[in-house]
Amino acid sequence: MSNPTRTYLDFERPIAELDAKIEELQSVSERNGEDAPDVADEVAKLRQKSATQLKNLYAKLDPWQKTMVARHPERPHLKDFLAGLITDFEELSGDRRFSEDHAIVGGLGRFRGRAVVVMGHEKGHDTQTRLKHNFGMARPEGYRKAARLMDLADKFGLPVLTFVDTAGAYPGVGAEERGQSEAIARSTERCLTLGTPIISVITGEGGSGGAVALASANTVMMLEHSIYSVISPEGCASILWRDGAKARDAAIAMKITAQDLIGLKIIDKIIPEPVGGAHRDRDATIKAVGDAMEENLSSLEGLDPATLRRKRRERFLAIGRSLMEPAA
Amino acid sequence: MNWLSKLTPPGVSRMFDKRDTPENLWMKCPVSGEMVFHKDLEAALHVTPAGHHVRINPETRLRYTFDATWEEIALPEVAKDPLKFRDDKPYSSRLAAARKKTGREDAMVISVGRIQGIETTVLVQDFSFMGGSLGMAAGESFLKAAETAVERRTPLVVFTAAGGARMQEGCLSLMQMPRTTIGVEMMREAKLPYIVVLTDPTTGGVTASYAMLGDVHLAEPGALIGFAGQRVIEQTIREKLPEGFQRAEYLLEKGMVDRVVHRRDLPKVLGNVLRTLMKRPAASANVPAPAA
Repeated sequence: MSNPTRTYLDFERPIAELDAKIEELQSVSERNGEDAPDVADEVAKLRQKSATQLKNLYAKLDPWQKTMVARHPERPHLKDFLAGLITDFEELSGDRRFSEDHAIVGGLGRFRGRAVVVMGHEKGHDTQTRLKHNFGMARPEGYRKAARLMDLADKFGLPVLTFVDTAGAYPGVGAEERGQSEAIARSTERCLTLGTPIISVITGEGGSGGAVALASANTVMMLEHSIYSVISPEGCASILWRDGAKARDAAIAMKITAQDLIGLKIIDKIIPEPVGGAHRDRDATIKAVGDAMEENLSSLEGLDPATLRRKRRERFLAIGRSLMEPAA
Repeated sequence: MNWLSKLTPPGVSRMFDKRDTPENLWMKCPVSGEMVFHKDLEAALHVTPAGHHVRINPETRLRYTFDATWEEIALPEVAKDPLKFRDDKPYSSRLAAARKKTGREDAMVISVGRIQGIETTVLVQDFSFMGGSLGMAAGESFLKAAETAVERRTPLVVFTAAGGARMQEGCLSLMQMPRTTIGVEMMREAKLPYIVVLTDPTTGGVTASYAMLGDVHLAEPGALIGFAGQRVIEQTIREKLPEGFQRAEYLLEKGMVDRVVHRRDLPKVLGNVLRTLMKRPAASANVPAPAA
């Protein structure tokens, strides 16, 4: 079922205006009951127009517009993917060293019949949950929990599914003090040494090292309008252009879209989103992600740990090398 | 530019800017403010009397590290600017400028030589080459260094120095985090020591990958080591950072590095660590005699 959008992005203004008009016509018609002028035709026409515009708009989003879509507050988040794809989910908490970190949520569950370990970044959906999950920006404890859950997956031979959606690891005094760098590095390392399949989907923002820590996987997929980037467009703009307002330029230059990254052979697959973005039909998005994960998982099942590790290693070693011009 | 330089006519500010010391023969110690003569600085391994460890180029580093000569290994070739990146200037011209300035292809030097008699592969990251940034060339160099160490059955010592990932290579630079981690795994599988010496500065994606995965972590005194930049942290938490934050001594206290070692003592410490991990005879002459 599609969800009516409550939050329109700046570049969606023409759509927002059309949708407002449709709503107005409908409410006038409802208020006046029997005596109402027949607006059905007009509404249908406007609906058609809005749908066409939306389709055209989303067919050619620029990298900065995609950044906005990837950060859309109504985009499906980890809790939605868990609810839609994982049954018998049992959340597991804590890094056994210092504390629990809600920016990364993970646990055990069933994915279409298979026992799995599942984890990902959770940004939260309202003020209270955003604060609880620290906007999806994990501290060292989050990455240490992730590594701990991967240990568990390895021990019990369970595949790992990860959902990546983070602006990046949290830049704070405490995080530095407790070894943010080391925690990220260990989590990345744990992904790479895992003896079971690991499949990652970048569902929104794949923000730098904080994303890599959960995405050093056998298969890395991206939702159509998600982004994956070494630094935020704003951060890059403020460093290289010395002007944070040049974020659009930075977003274009850094090649952060799924379409760019499949061309660079950094990701394996793009999962199409419903017209108008994942937030306009969360259920369809979640199902598409589930289908893509299932397909990839099936192709990896039955491979022994050494083969899985070797394939993962070869996958990452090929990145960049595949772009070399063949020697003359 | 500060307000003063904005107000002063260019000619006047140039007059002030210009060091009255020809060819920078003197260096001002950032710790004590003392002026140090370059010959004295060189004689002291580029450590000022107040103990400030001045950043050094890779050749100097290798000279200070190896017993004598060393063999340099060519950097692997990588794809050229696949993003066709440009900000104010094209990446290709920034790269050309850095190559001209340093006389090197990229921010890494791979070498093999002896440290206190132990044959060792040493990788040095060059901060003066685009901030030592980790891009495809540096990532491939790390892998090449690990492969060299495995082939020759030597330990690998890496001197890190970098602002982080090379943004001009976008996600290809980010991918060097898992790629270099694979190099660390090669060392682990070969059961050969992988030692990290953190030098000033080591931050960002470099710290969050191979710089924090060593069997042993040494750091030079005062080196800035961290994940996030201090300005970013200050903007996030909106307060002043604690004294000594992200310095080598702070990381030692927080348990992230094994030792903070003076540049003068590095070869000896490295030699001891490597000899022990490689189960070679001890350097020390006064070996206690086995009990009769």
